Amino acid sequence: MTSLRITNVHLVDPEHQTVELGNLSIKNGRIAADDPTLPSFNSQGKYLAPGIVDISAKVCEPGERHKESFRSAGLSAAAGGVTTLITRPDTNPAVDSPETLEFASRRAQATCAVRSYQIAALTKGRLGKEMTEIGFLQDAGAIAFSDCDAVVTNTKVLARALTYARQLGALVIGHPQDPGLSEGAAATSGKFATLRAIPAVSPMAERLGLERDLAMVEMTGAKYHADQLSTALALPALERAKQQGLDVTAGVSIHHLTLNELDVADYRSFFKVKPPLRSEEDRLAMISALANGLIDIISSMHTPQDEESKRLPYEQAASGAVALETLLPAALRLYHAEQLSLPQLFRALSLNPSRRLGLDSGRLSLGAPADLLIFDPDMPFVLDRFSLRSKSKNTPFDGQRLQGRVLATFVGGKEVYTR
Amino acid sequence: MQLQHLLGIEPLHPHSITAILDLADYYADQNRTGVRKSEALAGCTQINMFFENSTRTQASFEIAGKRLGADVMNMAMQASSIKKGETLIDTALTLNAMHPDLLVVRHPHSGAVDLLAQKVNCAVLNAGDGRHEHPTQALLDALTIRRSKGRLHRLNIAICGDIAHSRVARSNLILLSKMENRIRLVGPATLIPAGIDAFGAEVFHDMEEGLKDVDVVMMLRLQRERMDGGFIPSEREYYHRYGLNAAKLSHAKPDAIVMHPGPMNRGVEIDGEIADDLNRSVIQEQVEMGVAVRMAAMDILMRNRRQAATEAQA
Repeated sequence: MTSLRITNVHLVDPEHQTVELGNLSIKNGRIAADDPTLPSFNSQGKYLAPGIVDISAKVCEPGERHKESFRSAGLSAAAGGVTTLITRPDTNPAVDSPETLEFASRRAQATCAVRSYQIAALTKGRLGKEMTEIGFLQDAGAIAFSDCDAVVTNTKVLARALTYARQLGALVIGHPQDPGLSEGAAATSGKFATLRAIPAVSPMAERLGLERDLAMVEMTGAKYHADQLSTALALPALERAKQQGLDVTAGVSIHHLTLNELDVADYRSFFKVKPPLRSEEDRLAMISALANGLIDIISSMHTPQDEESKRLPYEQAASGAVALETLLPAALRLYHAEQLSLPQLFRALSLNPSRRLGLDSGRLSLGAPADLLIFDPDMPFVLDRFSLRSKSKNTPFDGQRLQGRVLATFVGGKEVYTR
Repeated sequence: MQLQHLLGIEPLHPHSITAILDLADYYADQNRTGVRKSEALAGCTQINMFFENSTRTQASFEIAGKRLGADVMNMAMQASSIKKGETLIDTALTLNAMHPDLLVVRHPHSGAVDLLAQKVNCAVLNAGDGRHEHPTQALLDALTIRRSKGRLHRLNIAICGDIAHSRVARSNLILLSKMENRIRLVGPATLIPAGIDAFGAEVFHDMEEGLKDVDVVMMLRLQRERMDGGFIPSEREYYHRYGLNAAKLSHAKPDAIVMHPGPMNRGVEIDGEIADDLNRSVIQEQVEMGVAVRMAAMDILMRNRRQAATEAQA
């Protein structure tokens, strides 16, 4: 195991909400008391933060390895400062049995450069009819349960799954969207969608979905995380649930924090995500909710799509964007705009997701795993999508100016990426 | 910047609209004389690609192209390679390799014609994309209004019916607003799209109120094939509240004209007698102006293209 002392570095500590110039020592893969005898590395005043724990990335194994494999996702994650990659079960077939889970976690262990844990499906085939073997899956290492964007419409099925999950202390991740209203939608209703004549959904669909899920959580006592909130309308419901003491957290995707519906412009399908991009007012509301802690987690919602599925008329094009490598530079836009501090950003990127998933990373405290990234928050660059390590290149940030780059990533004290 | 494609009304400047209408006026007069044929598009290849069924619009574009001397080819895309799984972009590239000068495209998805225009070297004319735009329809409506009212500004115009699913409504709303008219949108709340008030139009759910003192009544077809369920309770209730009949029309100005993009559902959105009333209805003239406007639009696109080619050589 490597031992190392990083000196002259700004330590971004999300636990104590501080940034201080100092040194950090690593021994046996963990953060240790400062030890000047260790081989040291002078970072020249760069920044060091706990590695990102990305709670919702799609790796297309099993089923569509041409879009993304654990190897390519791992390289992409390492280059993006993501030290723990939590993968979604919306693969083909879905990760809904101990056997498929075993396949995915074995592939992850064999090929993924960073730590990886798998979310398993909540219902078989993500069809919303019968719950999966939640107990077996948990024993096999499933870190949470979710049907992703396939909302469980049958509330009886959902109530039983939530109750069973509560008994096992398992975290359930929901997708708060009313499936009826949002069916077929590719934009948020309003002036822009009407002008471009894209089938649209009212932002109210999100509140409807969230209110339903929260009522179910109140009924069953389950541990619940809303995968992504994107509209101001949904926030009061979340606030009420938290005040009420429900075991509830919420996330937001990096795209809903940094882009709005107008970015779709002339039907640019790389900007088609699910839920669709929202108004600028909604985007700003999400940023304030992050700043005051109402929204807990920023996720990449990394969704690889091949070229062909995006080279279609907007309505027909597939949804989703890759984001592992652009997550940090995009998030730093909020820092440069003075909307969020670095400790606030890493609270949402590293500390909160780690805590929510019951992991012990995301911190700079003594004894915590040395899952770290060193970055330069100011380094400017223009993104070329073909430079991404991900097999799929569907990023909305292609050709855009970004600021901030990862210089090195450590997992358990081992350097997995150096720029 | 010269117009290279006609993809919608939204990017057009009012001057460009007037220029197209002026030329169309000339072609409209020429079409009424015995000598209808010109050589403006001689040697040009025009391909009509209709991914959605159309008889009237396709015929209008075909006649317009032929009168200008173009070699016109019609492709019924529904029966062809898209059934075999070819994507829109591949179809476009295939046709592009045959070096056409002009593609006239209709497609069931909003934005599809924009996408196609990015992939080909020739001029592209949007003949309707999803619910988005149908620019030549708006231009022919504008020409019809201008010829019968003597002007295309400061008019009160009511667009009535299924606004939500209509590309005709969208293009007309944009064009007529650009030319500084007052637009009213009349229809049941379920057929008025969200955010439409931001376009500066007034919305009415009561038709008699909406038609009060208007100069132009523009009816839309109730697009039954777009209804994926339950926007209105029944056709008869719709006709009762939003079908245009003499009683409702009496609230408009006495010289108000009645327009309809066709094909009409008589007895659903318009009473047959009104549609056939030569003193009020300009529906046949709209069809006539359709050919003239399309000739003008194609003529201008081809001139710009030739000019761009000359400039590139120089």
